[in-house]
Amino acid sequence: MHNTQTVIRVGIADMNIANAPQTIRTSGLGSCVGVVLYDSTKKIAGMVHVMLPDSQLGKSKQFNVAKFADTGIHAMLEMLKSQGVRPFSIKAKIAGGAQMFQFGSGDTIRIGPRNVEAVKQELKRYSIQLVAEDTGGSSGRTIEFDPETSILHVRTVNAGTQEL
Amino acid sequence: MNSNHDITEMHLDVLREIGNIGAAHAATSLSQLLEHKIDMRVPKVALVTFDEMFELAGGTEKVVAGIFLRIEGDLTGSMFFVLTIESATQFIRKLTGDKEFEFAAVEELGMGVSALQELGNILSGSYLSALSDFTSLKIYPTVPSLSVDMVGAIVSFGLIEVSQYSDEVIVIETEILQEGEQGISSLAGHFFLLPDPLSYRTIFSSLGVL
Repeated sequence: MHNTQTVIRVGIADMNIANAPQTIRTSGLGSCVGVVLYDSTKKIAGMVHVMLPDSQLGKSKQFNVAKFADTGIHAMLEMLKSQGVRPFSIKAKIAGGAQMFQFGSGDTIRIGPRNVEAVKQELKRYSIQLVAEDTGGSSGRTIEFDPETSILHVRTVNAGTQEL
Repeated sequence: MNSNHDITEMHLDVLREIGNIGAAHAATSLSQLLEHKIDMRVPKVALVTFDEMFELAGGTEKVVAGIFLRIEGDLTGSMFFVLTIESATQFIRKLTGDKEFEFAAVEELGMGVSALQELGNILSGSYLSALSDFTSLKIYPTVPSLSVDMVGAIVSFGLIEVSQYSDEVIVIETEILQEGEQGISSLAGHFFLLPDPLSYRTIFSSLGVL
């Protein structure tokens, strides 16, 4: 198993961890934000596909922690720590938070920018350096992170793939 | 009925009937507008995860033309009309008379966007007025908005409201088919109706199946 090149897939409101040579990927980010937390020395990376900014928005008692920026980033940090990653070696790259539609009512229309703001606030809270981001705009994104190189590949329909 | 556990098979049947009535009216409008035969399949109603919802619409990364609108009034929810790029291109060509139209430059759609939004307006109008007649509920669609992009990016926007309550969503889906050469039908797109969880009870009580 060790040398097989596999892609770990992360769904919406989901999270997972990849160790090189595995890569980790989530597709079709719109207003959602893909958060990659990685340790370039240990070549390990966690990805969270955040859908909503704050777990206070959750209206049911039991909820999926990966859905929200605050609980998702916290849970991913715990997962990484349990894999032996030291907190101060963790860095972040993020992508997503687009505004897909140009109309709408109230808070929902700005959900993309709000997700980005919330993610950045959480990174700041844990003193995690944000190394690169591709956020905002009005395009969907598919992202794939390679823990071996710490490169985040971001693909959009119109602009092709770029590296962060 | 905030949790999905109280939903029975009978409730799903009622929702299927809503999809049937709404989509049949919309398909008729579409057919008249395009002067082209449009068929629909029997609607599917299911409680699905968000990832399964994207699969229904063609897969997270599939590029589609998505027309989105919110439903307001007695009943609230999200509605999508998701078209394959091929069908959206054909529809726009037909509606604008521009035989050269292509989706290549999304920023410069101009007339194409207006035509497709107008199409969304008419279809959602006929879907929802049928729904309103059937349930006696007041239902108002917002102005439709168009995005040409990946399914995941488009459809996730309609899940924001639901996601505050649940990780699953009740979807009423109807496939729209258009007749091609030699009478062979091909998939043109889907209607998706996603009632907000707080509206489930409203729908069921309006139809006496609470």
